[in-house]
Amino acid sequence: MSLEEYKGVYVFAQQVDNEISSIAFELLGKAKDLAKDLNTDVTAVLLGSGVKDLADKLAEYGADKVIVVDDPELKVYRTEPYAHALSSVINKYKPEIVLVGATAIGRDLGPRVSARVATGLTADCTVLEIGDFPLQPVPGQEQKHNQLLMTRPAFGGNTIATIACPDNRPQMATVRAGVMQKIEPIKGAKAVVEEYNPGFTPDHKYVEILDVVKAVTDTVDIMDAKILVSGGRGVGSPENFKILEDLAEVIGGTVSCSRAVVDAGWKPKDLQVGQTGKTVRPNVYFAIGISGAIQHVAGMEEADIIIAINKDADAPIFDVADYGIVGDLNKIVPKLTESLKAELAAK
Amino acid sequence: MKIVVCIKQVPDTKGGVKFNPDGTLDRGAMLAIMNPDDKAGLEAALRLKDEYGAEVTVITMGLPKAEEVLREAMAMGADKGILVTDRVLGGADTWATSTTVAGAIRNLEYDLIITGRQAIDGDTAQVGPQISEHLDIPVISYAQNIKIEGDSVVVERQYEDRYHVVKAKMPCLITALSELNEPRYMTPGGIFDAYQQEITVWGRADLKDVDDSNLGLKGSPTKIAKASDKVRKGAGEKVTLDPDESVSYIVDKLKVKHVI
Repeated sequence: MSLEEYKGVYVFAQQVDNEISSIAFELLGKAKDLAKDLNTDVTAVLLGSGVKDLADKLAEYGADKVIVVDDPELKVYRTEPYAHALSSVINKYKPEIVLVGATAIGRDLGPRVSARVATGLTADCTVLEIGDFPLQPVPGQEQKHNQLLMTRPAFGGNTIATIACPDNRPQMATVRAGVMQKIEPIKGAKAVVEEYNPGFTPDHKYVEILDVVKAVTDTVDIMDAKILVSGGRGVGSPENFKILEDLAEVIGGTVSCSRAVVDAGWKPKDLQVGQTGKTVRPNVYFAIGISGAIQHVAGMEEADIIIAINKDADAPIFDVADYGIVGDLNKIVPKLTESLKAELAAK
Repeated sequence: MKIVVCIKQVPDTKGGVKFNPDGTLDRGAMLAIMNPDDKAGLEAALRLKDEYGAEVTVITMGLPKAEEVLREAMAMGADKGILVTDRVLGGADTWATSTTVAGAIRNLEYDLIITGRQAIDGDTAQVGPQISEHLDIPVISYAQNIKIEGDSVVVERQYEDRYHVVKAKMPCLITALSELNEPRYMTPGGIFDAYQQEITVWGRADLKDVDDSNLGLKGSPTKIAKASDKVRKGAGEKVTLDPDESVSYIVDKLKVKHVI
């Protein structure tokens, strides 16, 4: 089968508890750009149980077509039935590109599926574009056009590599959450909906889910916050996060933290920004008592405005901060909260 | 019970990365360590060994120098070490790496395979699940707790906002998070013993049921088009002021940027 027979940009439309994850909309936004360059269309692959009604929502965010695999075996995410469903869709429809979110689900599903359909997979991409491979013509080597060029950080964010998958199809990538832009939803948009069921026969690879334990949290997802007040080890104690919470409340922000804070047990993992936490791009990021290890910076450097407060003038956070204040956070932060309260009250 | 733990020797990225003048990584200038998630996987295996009794085999693919991490693992308590090394295996992406490691593991008996979630050099988290696919066994990624119940393993599998308690029949592959545990230290006796023991060295010919077309750089579907040091946004302003001035400074900036 020739590579040219593979057509279309496909997106794995992740849902959890029958609610589409934000990453699915982000991927559709990117897929639309890629499909335009390739003069093809965008297909969302929706896997689950009782999920067909979600197809319209995917259409509003840019899907031209939605393939629905609806089966009780897909009720709660498990690697095997999901891998079987997505691989079957790939084998039947032969997409040129398959995008999967680099989430706790996607980073398990993507590799399993890519190994099953015997193609390459590029992890945790932050930039996707269509171009030539090799980038420049090389004597004696065919330069292939219209390739998916997948750019990703490696070595803890210290290097950046652009990767192609020139000889295998589909070209598969997992894409970091919070990086690609969703489109403004088009109300009332409809997609062509196609139902497909490859059949599910539980075997030794089907695991049993004994329990689902949800984290109890009433906080906003830090990836959706416009203003983040983020604390590091320098905050000193879990109790002292109160001054950050006060600031966040006054300015309409959300508290997040660095890995050191999670490791110390001061804050839950879902508030962690960085390489092993979440990638955020708020309008304003306050880095308070955060030294700015490269792994942390990798998760927040795309913020529009970075304000750092740290008593160590040599802290690497100042290398990425737009506004760096060398000083004692315990003295500055409470005063800042009071000052902002007065400013906002005067409006 | 037989447990195979896959480990990788990686450059320590904590202190930053060193580059050669031509822009390639200067691996020689960076400390080589056992990948942290792999070490957590090894610790998990050693705890299962302590609790239930098990034979723990560590396996690594890499340059001959990667023998160091096998010795370290054995000094921590692993029973056997296998180094898979061969020139033709170099330049492998995750597909070719997982094909190679699966080909080596096919020579072994195992109930459980444990890998780290991801290595700090590539950060892909792909090799573990891909090995499980090649070996046609179940995978449980992102394990934060592991227990054995009869012929099954019961694992807490982490997601962003929840965890699932998952039960799988062995043989099974688990990928471990570095948050899983605090790895033990090597003991002096363990270090001594580790250097007395033989390490098994396997090359291409020892890989079972693996086609040449799936190995090394040539057998890697993904190809690097370009690699470079990351260009970062430059530093902005940095001021040292007393607390009141600092506050006015920040408030001014927030006004200028129309945040307030």
